[in-house]
Amino acid sequence: MRTALRYLLPMLLGVAVLVLWEFLVRRYDVPVFVLPGPSAIWPAFTANFSSLMDSLWTTLQVTWIAFAIAFVAGLALAIVFAQSRTAEMALFPYAVILQVTPVIAIAPLILIWVGYEHVERAAVIIALIVAFFPILSNATLGLRSVDPGLLDLFRLYGASRWQILWRLQLPGALPHILAGMKISGGLALIGAVVAEFVAGSGTATGLAWRVTEAGNRLEISKMFAALGLLSFVGIVNFYALSFLEWLLLHRWHESRLDNRD
Amino acid sequence: MTTLLSLSGISKTFDNGVEAIALLDLDVAEREFVSLVGPSGCGKSTALRIAAGLARPSAGTISFPNGKPETGFVFQDPTLMPWARALQNVRLPLDLRGMNAGEAGDRAFAALARVGLKGFENAFPRELSGGMKMRVSIARAIAAGPKLLLMDEPFAALDELARQALNDDLLMLAREDQITVLFVTHSVFESTYLSSRVVVMTPRPGRVTADIKLSPPPLRDVSYRLTQEFADGARRVSEALRGAMGKNA
Repeated sequence: MRTALRYLLPMLLGVAVLVLWEFLVRRYDVPVFVLPGPSAIWPAFTANFSSLMDSLWTTLQVTWIAFAIAFVAGLALAIVFAQSRTAEMALFPYAVILQVTPVIAIAPLILIWVGYEHVERAAVIIALIVAFFPILSNATLGLRSVDPGLLDLFRLYGASRWQILWRLQLPGALPHILAGMKISGGLALIGAVVAEFVAGSGTATGLAWRVTEAGNRLEISKMFAALGLLSFVGIVNFYALSFLEWLLLHRWHESRLDNRD
Repeated sequence: MTTLLSLSGISKTFDNGVEAIALLDLDVAEREFVSLVGPSGCGKSTALRIAAGLARPSAGTISFPNGKPETGFVFQDPTLMPWARALQNVRLPLDLRGMNAGEAGDRAFAALARVGLKGFENAFPRELSGGMKMRVSIARAIAAGPKLLLMDEPFAALDELARQALNDDLLMLAREDQITVLFVTHSVFESTYLSSRVVVMTPRPGRVTADIKLSPPPLRDVSYRLTQEFADGARRVSEALRGAMGKNA
């Protein structure tokens, strides 16, 4: 019953909002170039289906590639930090600078360097920059938050650094790493969108470009269709990572309340 | 009796200036069950950590006249890896030493059975009660076949019945495997029940103030707690403890 409600309730609410939206748009004669109703957006979606799907695929690729590199690089650097305070002291301030400088301000520079003929490459780099830090900081925190008792135990039995990392620090840091991944998944998409917005033209073919293009042409219905797909990408990323988290943690971690004894 | 472990002139001052132990001398002979008793903060846990090599003394020496024995340690908390099943937790010391997987598994399986957890090999720590977690912790300590077992108030957090059951199981394991035990506790009754010797420490900075020999029957059960012998032992430990409190406090 509760499971059914969990899916049914948001769906019913969604339908109600769509109906109300359609009703208000028709009731007050809102022009389609300001706010189209759902009944106008759907035809725009089907009419532009193949170009939207191409753009969706481009955006997905950019997001996933950037996310994968951010994950590997962030985790690797976190491991270096966990092994050496010196490395952390030297490098961490620069990681912070990369994080706090608004990415939208760095984007034009990166586009110039990479070239407007390779907008998707710039998009990967920008998405990578924003997705990198949450993985790095969460993984570093996780690797450092080792149970001191367990660390004593490992030392008592003569564990090597490698064994401590592999058998103790990494499994212990898993909840933190997954939390970082969930944040990064969303940020990677934002990075991908920012790159295309900043490029404004050139060879961009992702969903953000479809939004810009439709906006310039006052094709607001198509703009909504592309926006909807962008949300879809974000939702897919979020739930895929939530599922991964459930898969890895549900047997043992306190954050998973569903199978309490 | 051959001396297994010898602490002499051990002092420990922490970085913050707190002097935990001052000139502690303690010899533990093979097959003894020695309890270290003292008021909280008297440095008994620190002494145990020093004996285990987990902390360095500021002064003094630790020696093992017949070579360093295989040593197991049981902490106050069960200290289990929450992401690993009971069997994986127990086999950890064996895995860390690179014992082959099959043998490590067999030994861990047997150790769990000996602490009464047959059938719980695949349980995660959170699925176990406090007493069962402590049993897993003990199984892990005995799986490697230790000659010396260091225990730091292992049963302090358990209810009385679980505690008594674990006391009896611990005595059985120590007898069967001929393990020497150095056991830290603040309980007069627990130390009296378990030990062949109770060493009483003064408040900080801790040193030995009384060394009480007891001669409990090798096989004991709950009825021993009702004997005159037990009552006498408990009274001696209790008086020594009260005396110790008066010394520095």
